[in-house]
Amino acid sequence: MQKDKIIIAIYVDNRYGVLSRVTAMFTRRGFNIDSLTVGETESPEYSRITITLSAAKNDKDQVVSQLRKLYNVKKVIVLSQNDSIKRELLLIKVKNTEKTHADIVEATNIFRTKIIDFTDEAISIEATGDSQKIDAFIEYMKKFEIIEMCRTGLVALDRGGTNIWSEHEDE
Amino acid sequence: MKMTGAQILVETLIEQGVDTVFGFPGGMVVDIYDKLYDKQDKIKHILTAHEEGAVHGADGYARATGKTGVVIATSGPGATNLVTGIATAYLDSIPLVAITGNVRNSMIGRDSFQEIDITGITLPITKHNFFVHKVQNLAEVVRTAFELAQSGRPGPVLIDIPKDVQEAVFDYKKKPVAKLPAIPACSDIDIEKAVKLIKESKRPYIYFGGGALRTSIGEDIEKLADKLDAVIGCSMMGLSEIPTDSPRFLGMQGMHGRFASSVAMAKADLIIALGVRFSDRATGKTEKYAPSASKIHVDCDRAEIGKNVPVDLGICCDLKDFVDRLTKACPQRKNTEWIKKVNSLRQREADAYEGLPFLPRDAINIISDNIKPDTRLVTDVGQHQCWAAQFLKFRKKRTWITSGGLGTMGFGLGAAIGCYMGSGSRSVLITGDGSFGMCLNELATAVTYKVPVTIVIFNNHALGMVRQWQKVFFDGRYSNTTIDRKTDFVKLAQAFGAKGFKATDKKTFEEAFKKAYKVKGPVVIDLTIKSDSLVLPMLKPGGTFNNLILRREDISDAEG
Ligand SMILES: Cc1ncc(C[n+]2csc(CCOP(=O)(O)OP(=O)(O)O)c2C)c(N)n1
Repeated sequence: MQKDKIIIAIYVDNRYGVLSRVTAMFTRRGFNIDSLTVGETESPEYSRITITLSAAKNDKDQVVSQLRKLYNVKKVIVLSQNDSIKRELLLIKVKNTEKTHADIVEATNIFRTKIIDFTDEAISIEATGDSQKIDAFIEYMKKFEIIEMCRTGLVALDRGGTNIWSEHEDE
Repeated sequence: MKMTGAQILVETLIEQGVDTVFGFPGGMVVDIYDKLYDKQDKIKHILTAHEEGAVHGADGYARATGKTGVVIATSGPGATNLVTGIATAYLDSIPLVAITGNVRNSMIGRDSFQEIDITGITLPITKHNFFVHKVQNLAEVVRTAFELAQSGRPGPVLIDIPKDVQEAVFDYKKKPVAKLPAIPACSDIDIEKAVKLIKESKRPYIYFGGGALRTSIGEDIEKLADKLDAVIGCSMMGLSEIPTDSPRFLGMQGMHGRFASSVAMAKADLIIALGVRFSDRATGKTEKYAPSASKIHVDCDRAEIGKNVPVDLGICCDLKDFVDRLTKACPQRKNTEWIKKVNSLRQREADAYEGLPFLPRDAINIISDNIKPDTRLVTDVGQHQCWAAQFLKFRKKRTWITSGGLGTMGFGLGAAIGCYMGSGSRSVLITGDGSFGMCLNELATAVTYKVPVTIVIFNNHALGMVRQWQKVFFDGRYSNTTIDRKTDFVKLAQAFGAKGFKATDKKTFEEAFKKAYKVKGPVVIDLTIKSDSLVLPMLKPGGTFNNLILRREDISDAEG
């Protein structure tokens, strides 16, 4: 069956233990999370969890329905791939050598990323963008020998003036 | 009024209408037990032999009454002993509130004596659970727990209360019980779509389950079936919602269901599924499930729609509303061919067993013929459970009490005790020698509380259900399923202070049963049956209902 990348935004009670309840549902039902981010929102009562996963249509409906059953989950929406703004943050440290350093600086310019630390041994770069851009940038950096990297996973919002509480078509 | 947490808990239970709790004390619930001591006139506490017996008791109480069952256990092993019972209730959507004590907040996370993370352990088997950090939240948590247990699709909720919260003092004010949120009604468009599918069908089959029992819509389903000229079958969880002799009712379908209902379901061109989850035991392999039938699935839990089987029309709404409105909206249908076909299936089923001596069935008929209609029929898990499901004649709702989803051996005796505490009715426990071995300690409880339960052990000296699989699929290699124990169940019953009888055939069983059924307390009847008796029909793994094994001869096994 055809699988699509989907982005799910979840508002949950900002309480201890809630994240594990949400992730436990995925484990128990056999769904695989690609990325997960969690953080504060405009309201201190809620945290926002953004989860991305690959799922067939039926699994998507199942994930959303099961999430909506959780007591601490207050709202679940599936964000549209096209009509949402999406960002990820990457920190990546690559080896610095006389031979490669100019190429690295040039690459950071082309990808519109930012050098945030520079030593004789290493260059550390911050990159933000959608996941494809981050993937492409990492791919390019591979040739300079990556010492270490970490990425945050996706955060995303609807485009325009709506928010998570606005009406969404899948409800 | 200022009260301790333990007192607040007890007051809130009373406020929620709790009159019976099941449990077992220990260090981390001693405060709660102290407060229960003051309220014996309001809350009856049933002390069991084991926490598992207590949680099955609370579950049986809930199944027999529809009310929420309540169980209390101490921290650590007390709490972990509840796990099987909570999971049993979870898989059968039974409203249950489990209350556990825990070590003080200051001791949490240090692997203190009898400290266990019971909210972590029960996360996947509860609708929700709570760890109560502060006494300030306690009353609201208890109220929410009861609401959650009963609302929408019911299920178990656990509340873990550390000892310092039980001791701490806070204000308590009584509140009226909150009204449960209503389950949405069905839309006109969905009714129209359903009518359209019905008009296109010639072989309609209604398949109902625990959700129909929960909402008590048996009569409404019968009316709908009359209008549609349809036949009716059910899952194990639906039994007793419609009387066995209802003319359109074919009985339980599924892996070990009745032949006529299982085959009719496979041949149907429209399946209307009401309050079911298309469990693999009811449908066989889901990929091969009734491929030519249109399917309408109605449930109060949206996540059930399309979970196991893709459906043509899935509706999340109130079952009764759907059935009533569909009955009104639908024109009278006539499916003469279909009814003829189903009748021939029924005939084939009758012929297959006609005249064959079969003690398990005879014994079950004797039970059916010698009980009052409101007698609760409780089972354990195994062949005896399947025979009971196939052959018992149900006459009243909520008289069938069994662990359907989890299939918990050892469920029966605790559940029978709980049933009696809730309904005041007699019960008959149909069990196997294997299952009974898992819960027989509760005979002590049944004797103490003079529970009028007739315990019939279908003693095949085997773990029969597993043995049947070994016979059919593993060439009769009976690995560890022969129970060659020297237990004398009659003496055992006597040792517990109960009566015990032995029976070996129809005649001795009938005598024993009639005597036992009159006794005011528990009686054990040890009924010897053959160890190679089979539950038939039987669905081959991966098979479909079109090639059910109906008769012994159909098993290609030399031993026959
Ligand atoms: C707690 C538990 N352990 C194991 C099983 C697997 N199991 C299912 S039926 C069965 C045999 C039951 O034997 P018995 O109670 O004697 O009933 P019979 O099938 O012989 O009627 C077993 C072992 C189970 N369902 N539950």
